Amino acid sequence: MRTRLGGMATATLPAGLADAIRDDASLRRFLHGLPGVDQVGIEQRAASLGTRSIKKAAKLWAIDTAISMVDLTTLEGADTHGKVRALAAKARRPDPERPDTPPVAAVCVYPDLAATAVEALRGSGIGVASVATAFPSGRSGRDVKLADVALAVRSGASEVDMVIDRGAFLEGRYGQVFEEIQAVKAACGDAHLKVILETGELGTYDNVRRAAWLALLAGGDFVKTSTGKVSPAATLPGTHVLLQAVRDWYTATGELRGVKPAGGIRTTKDAIRYLVAVHEVAGPEWLTPGLFRFGASSLLNDLLLQRRTQLDGHYSGPDYVTQD
Amino acid sequence: MAEQRRARVPVAKTYKLYVGGQFPRSESGRSYPVSDAKGRFLANAAHASRKDVRDAVVAARKAFPGWAGATAYNRGQVLYRVAEMLEGRREQFAAEVAASEGISGGKAQSVVDTAVDRWVWYAGWTDKIATVLGAANPVAGPYFSFTVPEPTGVVGVLAPQRSSLLGLVSVLAPALASGCTAVVVSSAQRPLPAITLSEVLATSDVPAGVVNVLTGRADELGPWLASHGDVDALDPTGAGAEARTELAREAAGTVKRVLTVPAGEPDWTERPDIARLRRYLEPKTVWHPMGG
Amino acid sequence: MNMWEYAPAPESRDIANLKPAYRPFIGGEFTDGSGEPLKTINPATEEVLAEVSTASASDVDKAVRAARRAYDKVWGKMPGAERAKYIFRIARLIQERARELAVLETLDNGKPIKESRDADVPTAAAHFFYHAGWADKLDYAGLGPHARPLGVAAQVIPWNFPLLMLAWKIAPALATGNTVVLKPAETTPLTALVFAEICRQAELPPGVVNILPGAGDIGAELVNHPDVDKIAFTGSTEVGKLIQRSVAGTHKRLTLELGGKAANVVFDDAPLDQAVDGIVNGIFYNQGHVCCAGSRLLAQESVVDELLEKLRYRVSTLRLGDPLDKNTDIGAINSAEQLAKIRELTESGESEGARRWTSPCPLPDRGFFFAPTVFSGVEQSMRIAREEIFGPVLSVLTFRTPDEAVAKANNTPYGLSAGVWTEKGSRILWMAGKLRAGVVWANTFNRFDPAAPFGGYRESGFGREGGRTGLEAYLDG
Repeated sequence: MRTRLGGMATATLPAGLADAIRDDASLRRFLHGLPGVDQVGIEQRAASLGTRSIKKAAKLWAIDTAISMVDLTTLEGADTHGKVRALAAKARRPDPERPDTPPVAAVCVYPDLAATAVEALRGSGIGVASVATAFPSGRSGRDVKLADVALAVRSGASEVDMVIDRGAFLEGRYGQVFEEIQAVKAACGDAHLKVILETGELGTYDNVRRAAWLALLAGGDFVKTSTGKVSPAATLPGTHVLLQAVRDWYTATGELRGVKPAGGIRTTKDAIRYLVAVHEVAGPEWLTPGLFRFGASSLLNDLLLQRRTQLDGHYSGPDYVTQD
Repeated sequence: MAEQRRARVPVAKTYKLYVGGQFPRSESGRSYPVSDAKGRFLANAAHASRKDVRDAVVAARKAFPGWAGATAYNRGQVLYRVAEMLEGRREQFAAEVAASEGISGGKAQSVVDTAVDRWVWYAGWTDKIATVLGAANPVAGPYFSFTVPEPTGVVGVLAPQRSSLLGLVSVLAPALASGCTAVVVSSAQRPLPAITLSEVLATSDVPAGVVNVLTGRADELGPWLASHGDVDALDPTGAGAEARTELAREAAGTVKRVLTVPAGEPDWTERPDIARLRRYLEPKTVWHPMGG
Repeated sequence: MNMWEYAPAPESRDIANLKPAYRPFIGGEFTDGSGEPLKTINPATEEVLAEVSTASASDVDKAVRAARRAYDKVWGKMPGAERAKYIFRIARLIQERARELAVLETLDNGKPIKESRDADVPTAAAHFFYHAGWADKLDYAGLGPHARPLGVAAQVIPWNFPLLMLAWKIAPALATGNTVVLKPAETTPLTALVFAEICRQAELPPGVVNILPGAGDIGAELVNHPDVDKIAFTGSTEVGKLIQRSVAGTHKRLTLELGGKAANVVFDDAPLDQAVDGIVNGIFYNQGHVCCAGSRLLAQESVVDELLEKLRYRVSTLRLGDPLDKNTDIGAINSAEQLAKIRELTESGESEGARRWTSPCPLPDRGFFFAPTVFSGVEQSMRIAREEIFGPVLSVLTFRTPDEAVAKANNTPYGLSAGVWTEKGSRILWMAGKLRAGVVWANTFNRFDPAAPFGGYRESGFGREGGRTGLEAYLDG
């Protein structure tokens, strides 16, 4: 049975891509027609780029850029208004003793705490990202998910981080996943939509690539690796696949879409490896918080410590940055 | 019986070449008389020329993909069938070997038997040699790497001058068992067993062009084989010691594989090893990543 | 757009322990050679690195005598288990001196430090480790229980992988009980002479390994020395043919690893991004100074445009420059002579009508550099499709069907390596069977391992290096 895929204005898409989303069958054909990803090859390429040696001014630039790309995140059952306000303060002034330290890109919280974050960050220019759609598992009805999104948007979130229905994806019901993303996108209004693929549950890089294209076709502004609740979370080769997808999307449509690895990125060294990948796989255009984010919590403090080391010429210690 | 045969005028034989499954005359039109060990006329043989070498190489090259690409089991079957047919012509071969080499009938019989057995031995190697020479390579990385021996290609074989059948079989069978195709220059003075072998091959299941037999002089034809750009390997056994050096020089022009062979003709009755198979095989290593 | 300039991250050249002068190594001693001394230069700066005393014909004779003595008196009759321990020691010492060797290799050769550090030197050590273990297991080498060494091995190696090619030659020779006289390439003698120091450190008996720096004439003296039993040569097909001619009629055993013009065949169902990485690795690794380089890209017509677009972008991200910089992807061309050859062939490509695209990367002011270049619209009849360029220059041809791909790939007198990119398993195995090449890389390229035999078909040479098969080159069954 041919199911027409809903709503999205396809007029802006080039013919090949508009055709891909005509119906369920063509979407499936398109996704399965994407070039495969060779696991050994991509992991080797990621490892090889990971040996880049970034020093001195280039390192300092990378640290500041990475700080400005952090979605400072707390996603715990024990999150409180106090915790969120503390995080917001950190977001505004990551290193109070170094006022030249750039602020982070956004604070990322659960939807019921989004309003608190919005309030605490008012006037700062820092975004509030709210996870939604029955995060992290995504196991609920569409109405519940959309209600979740509505709560986030109503609370003033400028960015929504949704999860895709991995069950549906793995069952091959791509059209359903597509329509859900579209529906969430519509519910977002002006808020930017990040689509969490949960790559650790997709099993193969081929699936990661398909899921990324699915999210891009459905209108996701960002493709995001993980919830942080599933191991493995973000990986360098997995992020390579996403970076390749947004580059290919750009080649096909002229549109720039973003990438957000989340979970497991804890050190400056890791962050710089990701930036190198952004620089060389997607391209220098993507080296901006508008197109690349880190979903992280402890990463920020390591970036701050390394920043001090770069500027002071000696190593710093964990008590010289704030534990929030 | 004997009286009757003597009374009859025998049909004089003028043999031809065996090229591409056909029996053409030499392009040169030349032939030469073949005598037995005591100098008595046996038959006329075609005297192959440079152009016959050219035609034979074309035929061998054309046959190569099919023969090399046949399953090893099939090659073994085809070669074993040849052994059965050799066995069927045992008497004729014995007579020709006895006449050509000047040995007794009993000894010739034994030589023929050894030759048939040798053919059987090589026929059995076709589907085993890759197991013995191939390998799964335990490389340090997420790759499956394996090495398989593949046939070198077209082989030029200068067959031994003395051992007209056993020697011939000992140099030809390994080339065929490995999957190569051959252009053979038979013993010049003792070509009859080679000619009879051609007749066997022509009526066997060996595809046309897999074996091409030229009767003629190794010293004349060898250099054309050695320098030929479409010949991959050369067995200089039938060439004289000095000629071999020149052949090896010629062969260098196309980086041909030239077999290292003993200075004099070896004792062909000795049990062979797989050295000759090995020299007609190129190890090919294939790599593929292993990922989910 | 944000510009992120990576700051220079050079490895310190002091690590190389560069000495002002180097000398031949004969009979366990460094001795003055009586040849014309040569100055070895850093191709990235054209500065003289060191003066190297070279061998003369009489030094060749001395070295062969030393090797013969060592073979007769010590090495040939030493139990394999004892030989093994020396080879293991050498392997360990290479690892211990890895950084020094890597920096020295990069200085002398021009290859990026990341390659000498991550590939050349560790793989060289791996070759000694692998072969050390064979020394007391030769009964299982496949040549029967009475396999014997050949005697004195003369080995001549090229400049593209100076230490690694030395390891490929010396490790199996020593493991099988042969002694060695090796001539490194004229432009890259330094790591071989540090290897000689390592032999001394390992207390390898004098004469087992002898190293003779010099030019081609010394190589010729060496291979033509009457007391040499075995010749192993890696280099150009042209010189290989000369050697094969010169040993004709002698008792010397010969193995040759010569040139190539490998096809890298990309089907439309390939994992395209990895194929692009593989193409880049295949032709730009080591500046394309690789005999098995994938210098001919055969792309299926249905995917060629997409592939070329991705390829050009990827190539444009390659960083060319100071080989000692850890972020350099493309280093220096090894010599002015080689650079001239690459230029000459690329000019022929343009004049024959192929479309040239060259990476916009800046070139350093001095030193021998050549920007990565991709020729599209190349036809089989053009020189750049047939001749080995041995530089960072890729020729792109197209095909329509698997049969056509095979026919074009095999349409060369060479037969060293080939690549295949497709996610269809059945086609990979079919292609692997049809390609006339000693090494076939499927969905990968330029993989090397001491356990995997390497070597060519046809005019790419004969004999194999690595694996059990590689031992055959140094044993008499």
